[in-house]
Amino acid sequence: MLEPRIIEKLKQIIGADNTATERQDLLCYGYDATQMEFLPDVVVHPANADEVSQVLKLANAEKIPVFPRGAGSGFSGGALPKGGGIVLVTTRMNRIIRIDTDNLVAEVEPGVVTEQFQEAVEKLGLFYPPDPASLKFSTLGGNVAECAGGPRAVKYGVTKDFVMGLELVLPTGEIIRTGGETVKGVVGYDLTKLVCGSEGTLGVITRIIFKLLPYPDAKKTMLAVFDSIDGAATAVSTIIKGKIIPTTLEFMDHATIQCVDRRFNLGLPAEGRALLIIEVDGDRDLIEKQAGQIHDLIKPLGLVQFRVARDAAESEQLWKVRRLVSPSLRDVNPTKYNEDIVVPRSKVPDVIRRIEKIQQRYDIPIVNFGHAGDGNIHVNVMIDKEIPGMEEKAHEAIKEIFQAALDLGGTMSGEHGVGLSKAPYIPLELSPVQIATMKAIKGALDPNNILNPGKMFPE
Amino acid sequence: MDPLKRVEKDLKKCVKCGACRANCPAFSAYQREPAVARGKVALAQHLLAKDIELDDQTYLTMSKCLLCGSCVEKCPNEVPTDEIVIAAREALAEQRGLATFHKAVGRVIRNRKLMNMGAAMAAVLGPLFFRRVPANSGLRLRFPLPFVGGKRHIPELARKPFMSRHPEIIQGEPGKPRIIYFVGCMTNFVYTEVGEAALALFRHLGCTVIIPKDQQCCGLPGMSGGDLATVKALAERNLAVLEKYEADYIMTACATCGGALHKLYPAVVGKKHPELLKRLQAVAEKTIDAAVLLQKLGFNPEATGAGEAIRITYHDPCHLRNRAITRQPRELLQAAPGVQLVEMEGADKCCGLGGTFNVYHYDTSLRINAGKSEAIRCTGADAVVTGCPGCMMQLSDGLKQGGARTRVLHTLEILARKLRQ
Repeated sequence: MLEPRIIEKLKQIIGADNTATERQDLLCYGYDATQMEFLPDVVVHPANADEVSQVLKLANAEKIPVFPRGAGSGFSGGALPKGGGIVLVTTRMNRIIRIDTDNLVAEVEPGVVTEQFQEAVEKLGLFYPPDPASLKFSTLGGNVAECAGGPRAVKYGVTKDFVMGLELVLPTGEIIRTGGETVKGVVGYDLTKLVCGSEGTLGVITRIIFKLLPYPDAKKTMLAVFDSIDGAATAVSTIIKGKIIPTTLEFMDHATIQCVDRRFNLGLPAEGRALLIIEVDGDRDLIEKQAGQIHDLIKPLGLVQFRVARDAAESEQLWKVRRLVSPSLRDVNPTKYNEDIVVPRSKVPDVIRRIEKIQQRYDIPIVNFGHAGDGNIHVNVMIDKEIPGMEEKAHEAIKEIFQAALDLGGTMSGEHGVGLSKAPYIPLELSPVQIATMKAIKGALDPNNILNPGKMFPE
Repeated sequence: MDPLKRVEKDLKKCVKCGACRANCPAFSAYQREPAVARGKVALAQHLLAKDIELDDQTYLTMSKCLLCGSCVEKCPNEVPTDEIVIAAREALAEQRGLATFHKAVGRVIRNRKLMNMGAAMAAVLGPLFFRRVPANSGLRLRFPLPFVGGKRHIPELARKPFMSRHPEIIQGEPGKPRIIYFVGCMTNFVYTEVGEAALALFRHLGCTVIIPKDQQCCGLPGMSGGDLATVKALAERNLAVLEKYEADYIMTACATCGGALHKLYPAVVGKKHPELLKRLQAVAEKTIDAAVLLQKLGFNPEATGAGEAIRITYHDPCHLRNRAITRQPRELLQAAPGVQLVEMEGADKCCGLGGTFNVYHYDTSLRINAGKSEAIRCTGADAVVTGCPGCMMQLSDGLKQGGARTRVLHTLEILARKLRQ
C-alpha cells in the first residue's frame, strides 16, 4: 500500500479525476492477455510528457515501481504491475499531432490506436504497414515498446523499422528526444532502436515520429492448399527465391485447418495438410503478373487448391480462413499458451516436425499457424486447467519448443516480447554476458529500478 | 440463485485480450477500462467470487453499458458480455432492490392498459403545453423534458395508438404468407407511421397480417435495468399471445423488439428453464425483421413506382447489426426509385440510446450521439434512415441538439412512400 501522502501528490500532479484508487479500478488495470493478474496501488492517466515526468521523479525519489500501460493487450505480461505500485496509462495521450506529406513522416502520441493511425494516413494516400493482430485496439506506444510485428513484416518489416524518433521520459524523470525526422543520422548511439522493444523498462514513450510510405496501388490475395507441410514451407522459399517478396505469407498447419473447418465448414480440400494465404501488393499490372508467377512456382510442390481473389470481397473471404483460427481453437481446449517463436524461414518444416514430436511425447494438443514468410510461427499449446498435471506438463513442453527454435537458429519471441512470461527462459537464448550488458544499460538509466521492474530479466 | 451463476461458464471464456475495446461506445466515451466489456467481465468474476462488494461503484460501473453487443461481435472467444452485464445488473437489483426509476419502468411496461391510458392523456394534453415545430421539418420533435436532462427533445405521442386503429386480423390473399406483426411500444405509441408503412407493404404483397391485441412490451427496458422478473413475465405473456395464431412468420419492424424475441429471450430468460426455452426458441426461429422478410418474399422496390428524389444515409441499429442484418435494408433502399444512398462514417456505431443508459448517463449518451450526428451531417443527406424506432428517437434528439434539419425515417417508410400515397 502506498502512503496517503504519495496518493495526494499524484492527485496534485495528474488531477483527482485521472487518479484511481478504488479497488474496482485497480482490478481493471491488473490484467492483460496473459491471464495473469496483479493489483496495483494506484492508476494514473497522465495527459502529457510533463505529467509523466513529474510522476517518475516522485516515484524515483520514493522508490515506487511504475508500470507503463497502453491498451493492456500484450501476450507476455509486459504491462502487469507485479508487486504493486503505480500503473501509468498512456491512453489519454492520443493525438495524431501531424502527418507531413512532404517528408512522409508523422508525429503521434503513444495512446493512438494503431488502426486509427493507419486510417488517418491512408486518407492522405500514405501507408503505415505494421499490422499486429491487435491493431484495432492496441496502441502505438505499446507497439513500439514491444516492437510489434504482423503479417506484413515479410515485405515491410516490423514497428522498429518505421520509428524514426521518440520523445522519452527517463525513469529519473528527464525528458529527452531520440532520433529525428531525417532518413540519415549517425550522431551518437541509436537510442531509438534501443527503446523499440525494450518493453517499457528504459523510459516512458510520450511522442513517436514514424516513417510513412506511399499507399500501394493495389493488392491481390491468394489461398494455396498443399498436401504436405513441406510443400507449404518449400513454397515460401521458392516464391522468395523467384524474386517475389509478397506482403504476407500466412501459414496454417493441419491441426489448425481441421480446427477451423470443423467449426465453419469452409470447403477446404480433405487432402490439405497445410495452407498459405499469400498477398502481394504494388502496381496493378505487376501484381497480376506476380499472381501468375506464384502459381507456376508453387504448382509442383503438392498444390491441391489455389484460389485467387478477384475483388476485395473475395479477398476478405480468404482472410476469413485465417481470422477464424482464434475462435476455433477454444474447441480443442479452453486455455491456450500462445508462443511466438521464429526460425529462419527454410527451417519452418523442421521446427513443425520437432513440435509434432513434442506434442506426442507430452500428449498435449498443439496448433501451429503464423507468419511463414518471416519464419514466425504461433505455437498454441492448448490445455485444460481442470485436468491435473496438464499445466505443468505444458510448461515443460514450451521449454522444449523454445529450445527447438534456438537449435534451428531462431528466437523464442518474434512479436510478443519477454515480459513476465518468458523471463525465466531468457538464459536459454542470451549468454550471461549479453544479459549483464543489458542489465548495465538498465542500471545506468534506472538506478533505482523503478520502471517496469521484474520484466524481461529473470529474478 | 445468484444470476451470475447463470453466466459462470461464459465468464471463464474471457482471456482479457482487449478486442472489445475496439468498438465499444461506452469505452469511447469514458476511456477507462471499467467501462469496457473486459473490465466488466473482470468485475463480474470478482463479484461471483465474492471478493468485491455490490456497492455503489459496482452499480455505476455496470450501468455504463449500452448493451449494443459490439464487444460480442468482436470477441475472438465469443464471450456474451451483454448477457453477463444483464446478469450482473440482475444480481445488483436482487440484492439492492431496483432503483426507483426502474421500478417505475417495470410497472409501466408490464401494464399495457396503463400505457394506453398514459399515452391517450399525453397525446391530448401534450399540445396544450408544448409548442409544435413545423410538421414539414420531419424532426417530429416537440418538447424538451426537464426531468431527463433538461434539454432532451422527445417526440410527440400519437393521437391514437397504431394498434387501436386496426382490426386484429387483416385478411390477405389465399396462399400468401400469414404474418404476425409484433408492433412494439415505440411504433404503437409514437412512430405510428412505421406501423402503417409495414402494413401497407405486407398488404401489397398479399400477406395476411395478424396484429394480436394482447401483445405486450418486449421488455427490453426492463432487461436494461436488470429487472428480469418483469422481462420473464412479459416474455411468457408474449409467448402465449404469439403461440395463439397459426402464422408463417413473426415480423418486427423494431430492431430492439426483434433482438428480444430472436436473441435475448432464449439467452437470458430461457437459460435455466428448459421447457420455456424450447417454446422461446420456436418463436425465435419464426421471428424475422421486416426488411429481411420483404427480401425473402421477393419485394421489388421498383414495382412501387418512382418516389421523390431523396438523398439518404443509413444508420445500423445495434440490434440489427448484431444479428448480421446490415446488407438487406441497404439493398432494398438502394433499389427504391429516386433514392440515393450515401454511406456515413461509422454507420455501424451505436447512436448512444442503449435502453435506459440514456436516462442514467444522458450527457455521455449525448456525446456518443454527437459523433453520429456529425457523421450524418457530413453526408449531406436529406434524411437518415434506420430500422429501429428507438434509434429514430435518439437520432432525432442528436440532430435537433445540433440544429440540423435532417429528417429521420424508418426503412419501411421510404419503401412504402408510393404505396401510401
